[in-house]
Amino acid sequence: MYGLGIAKGLAVTFRNLFRKPFTVQYPEEAVPQAARFRGEEFGWFEERCTGCASCAKYCPLGIIKIVTHPGGSNMQEGQSYTVDTFDIDIGRCMFCGLCVEACPYDALFMGSGFERGQYVRDDLIIPIEELKSAERRLSTWYRPQLEGKNYHPHKDEPLSWEEVGRK
Amino acid sequence: MPIRTEPITVNIGPQHPSTHGVFRMRVTFDGEMIIDVEPIFGYLHRGSEKLAEERTYTQVITLTDRLDYVSSMSNNLSYVLAVEKLSGIVPPERAMYLRVIVAELQRIVSHLVATGFFLNDVGALATPLMYCFREREKILDMFEMLCGARITLSFMRVGGIFQDAPSEFWEALTDFLEYMPGYIDEYERLITGNEILLSRTKDIGVLSSEQAINSSISGPILRASGVKWDLRKADPYDVYDRMEFEIPVGTVGDNYDRYLIRIAEMRESLKILQQCVNQIPDGPIRADTANLIRPPVGDAYGHVEGPKGELGFYLVSDGGISPYRCKIRSSSLINLTALKDMLVDTKLADMIVTFGSVDINMGEVDR
Repeated sequence: MYGLGIAKGLAVTFRNLFRKPFTVQYPEEAVPQAARFRGEEFGWFEERCTGCASCAKYCPLGIIKIVTHPGGSNMQEGQSYTVDTFDIDIGRCMFCGLCVEACPYDALFMGSGFERGQYVRDDLIIPIEELKSAERRLSTWYRPQLEGKNYHPHKDEPLSWEEVGRK
Repeated sequence: MPIRTEPITVNIGPQHPSTHGVFRMRVTFDGEMIIDVEPIFGYLHRGSEKLAEERTYTQVITLTDRLDYVSSMSNNLSYVLAVEKLSGIVPPERAMYLRVIVAELQRIVSHLVATGFFLNDVGALATPLMYCFREREKILDMFEMLCGARITLSFMRVGGIFQDAPSEFWEALTDFLEYMPGYIDEYERLITGNEILLSRTKDIGVLSSEQAINSSISGPILRASGVKWDLRKADPYDVYDRMEFEIPVGTVGDNYDRYLIRIAEMRESLKILQQCVNQIPDGPIRADTANLIRPPVGDAYGHVEGPKGELGFYLVSDGGISPYRCKIRSSSLINLTALKDMLVDTKLADMIVTFGSVDINMGEVDR
């Protein structure tokens, strides 16, 4: 019968007309992120880092720049270096997380941010000062010790450097 | 007096709204009938094979994500299988099960995208696509729980996977297995048997099984042509030999069969997922491998039945930390070579429909 298809189609439309929408109004509200979300706002702990540059070697694109000099606070525990430069070029980062996987001392963490838009490319390089002072929203990616604590970067308080190690 | 006619050659693409990505076709028409098609590739060439020679075996995994970016998991799996074959590493059981789970989830994602965009090409603009993307979103959320990314996953490692699945993943997967069959039924109710779809796709773009085998194509297109060939059965990798599932086979090899095969494969994938969830053992998820893998001198070919066909990696090692040669046998590129067989003697309006039913991904075609 002619018109039956239209009636059927409009029935589907009416069923969906009064439903709660799936979309969210992004800048005001955001969809929930998984705890393992790999994003920028890298978490780096000066106290844990020995300057071994494993992360820089593992990076497929070579975007981590580390400059060190011998010395540092815990020389008794073995070889240690003071990190002078720790620049991450976010503009070329693809967030694969291999640097985090490479870190033997749990000093580097993926962050959970995604809103770092800039007008100039040079602004996308995270300098060491920013890494030191940033509020750390650590992703639990490749950090099972944080998952063991049921830590979520957007619900829980930022952790100190003593709490994030795998002991 | 007869009117003098002559064939006209039309260039379609590389920037064209209906070619998926930067694909270019040089098509010769006689009136409305297609008499010759020449696909032209290479607009998205990024040199992945060459780049792989500069990276360590672990770092190449990030390159494989970017081949076919709607099925990163299958690409990861194919690559790590090749490296494991090369270096003789055996992953633990739990890792093998998890790999099968994510590979099947990825197959569902890819078939949803293929179905949605195929219907987009038929002319059902955006509505079926949004239905398909609704479930794709759920699976991508699961991938985010697993590995923190949605498209470029880098989930697998040589000798296993990088980290065990969190508990919320298993809850999400159980829910998914409950509601997904209903959603597939919904697509079938909306799409299969729709008269417009039938008239646009039945007996159009027919590829006979002989032509399919001769052009060495694989995947759903081959099975739609009536050849029962699936690497999951023919050369089982990981734990596929313990799974019970059917290989859906078409009869005619037209566009409609290709659509039906994809729907049927999604149902089979759900079966495999259910069996994996029931069987998965506890245990480690990664074999004890060195961070810098140095496989012995030699070569190996690892292949998987990806969502679009056989995806293989041929690796040659010279004993160093990076592959000496990495050849990618990409399914999309080889499936595209059969495009001429499908398109010749069909009409202009069916060209894009047939092209959509092949389900290619330019990232994989040009690499």
